[in-house]
Amino acid sequence: MQKSKWGSFIIIAAVTLVVYAVVRTLETMGLIDQYWQRVLDQALIMTIGALGLSIIYGFTGQFSLGHAAFYGLGAYSAGLFSKVYNSDHNLLLFMVSLLVGAAVAGLVALVIGLPILRLRSDYLGIATLGFGIIVKVGMDNFNKLIPALGGATGMSGTPQLANFDWLFIVALLVIILVRNFVYSTYGRACTAVREDEIAADVLGINTTNTKVIAFVLGCALAGLAGGMYAHRYPFLHPSSFDFLKSFDFLLVVVLGGLGSITGTVVTAVAWVFLLEVLRFVLGQTFIDFRGVIYALILIIAIIVRPQGIFSGREIGFLVPKPFSTLVGRKDGVNAGTGS
Amino acid sequence: MEYFLDQIINGLQLGLMYALIALGYTMVYGVVKLINFAHGDVFMVGAFVGYFGFTQWGLSVPLAVLTAMAVCSILGVIIEKIAYRPLRYAPKISVLISALGVSLFLEYFCSLKFVFGPNYRVVTRPFQEMHWNIMGVTITNIQVIVFFTVLIMLLLLQFLLYRTKVGTAMRTVSVDHDAARLMGVNVDNTISLTFAIGSAFAAAGGVLYAIAYPQIHPFMGIMPGLKAFTAAVLGGIGIIPGAVLGAIIMGQVETLTSAFLSSQLRDAIAFLILILVLLIRPTGILGRNEPDKV
Repeated sequence: MQKSKWGSFIIIAAVTLVVYAVVRTLETMGLIDQYWQRVLDQALIMTIGALGLSIIYGFTGQFSLGHAAFYGLGAYSAGLFSKVYNSDHNLLLFMVSLLVGAAVAGLVALVIGLPILRLRSDYLGIATLGFGIIVKVGMDNFNKLIPALGGATGMSGTPQLANFDWLFIVALLVIILVRNFVYSTYGRACTAVREDEIAADVLGINTTNTKVIAFVLGCALAGLAGGMYAHRYPFLHPSSFDFLKSFDFLLVVVLGGLGSITGTVVTAVAWVFLLEVLRFVLGQTFIDFRGVIYALILIIAIIVRPQGIFSGREIGFLVPKPFSTLVGRKDGVNAGTGS
Repeated sequence: MEYFLDQIINGLQLGLMYALIALGYTMVYGVVKLINFAHGDVFMVGAFVGYFGFTQWGLSVPLAVLTAMAVCSILGVIIEKIAYRPLRYAPKISVLISALGVSLFLEYFCSLKFVFGPNYRVVTRPFQEMHWNIMGVTITNIQVIVFFTVLIMLLLLQFLLYRTKVGTAMRTVSVDHDAARLMGVNVDNTISLTFAIGSAFAAAGGVLYAIAYPQIHPFMGIMPGLKAFTAAVLGGIGIIPGAVLGAIIMGQVETLTSAFLSSQLRDAIAFLILILVLLIRPTGILGRNEPDKV
């Protein structure tokens, strides 16, 4: 037991170091310019946020169309904290502000989640969608309460402290956190709720608690991603956190395959790069086609392969030993698309 | 007081247009238990077709409305065939995601330069707006047209649902697909027909909307669509009089909010109502409580 634990740790560490080294080498060789560096950072932010939705929808089966609202709440609260308290670019305060972003998103998720998680499937989706629109109206107007937030004209002036190293470390920590959560007692309760809420209830799982825990954790991760975003890109605008952004996260989680950490991470990175490559290949005149392509990919994917690219499978080292024979099989713990 | 009454009339006008959209939501939900997200965009297509009808193709207004209804009912049937039928027995969320995809597709496809273009277009009305002053309350000819169009369409729908064979088939399918099939109802055709009728109603709503609030663009369908959906839920989704009642309430709430509170708050209040209804009485005003089945 002890030995296999260290084995998976060594693999994770090795893979991480290799990825990091490759990116860094490419950077010093000048193969990754500023533009692609920004894209890469965006991909990492997307990964963190999408993993949050993966917990909520992929593992717990709670359909949320308001993920961008929590992403935005995190971005604005972390950005505001930094703007007010961190004019001297202090790294400790930067970390605190990230936590503030995650905490605000998590708290709002707790307050909202307790009542609305009683709703099932499509109704929950509609309620979270409505919440997202309310938050967007709030963002457009909350400069009337706190002028520093900028409202509909956008907010700037947050110190730009999040670089690739930071994003990489945080994304890695989040992946490990999600992996450990999913295979913990709580995580397995979440999967049970996704598969059949009534059966889970009968087995003695407190389904309300389970759903709320998953929702709060997932939204806090969205808030963390938002905080990163606020410290990476100097300008925050409410339109970056609207319904379409929620849709982005949803698309990544669905395409990657519900109940797959690997799928979410790979698809998040691939998706952000795909959009940029399309911009590159098709050129500026064809930028209008992005939305059309986007929608078509989603429709075709859900009809042809509703279980997603990875359909609940994981790369080996993301699954703890005792589960490794189960995951990804037809009757495995994580198989299925949920409903 | 006169200002208040004026706003009530304006709210009624808005609410009746929401009713035309909400009917499509509620009928489709009744038959296939699907929230047809693309419905608001069908409304948008209807508005555009109507606009082209009376500005560029030289049609009269009633003819433009009929053209828009025909185009949109075909569109509705195609959407159902391509995007929803393959998923009829898939989990609910899969169909919902597909519907979101169709919605985005219509919005962005219509924004392309060779389709409708991404810009706002100002609608030149085919007739002059006239104001009448009846006992201190201002009524426009547009409000009269909206009122009578919606009234006629509601009566037609009522006749169709309760006095014809296809209407009976639709009501049967909404109770139970398998039982309907056993009774000799062609379920697939009935579902297609429901989409066609719902989309035609949305198209009529779209043309009226374009005439009443003369500005159209490819993303105009999102908000009215979501609010009409809220109206359908408020009245009790799947129930036809409920959709009309909910829509009229939504129209009043929205108009009164923007008249007396703040026009920026009206979207927030509309969705606050949606969330509250879902939490307090998810079956809506006219809905009946049915216990969950295991």
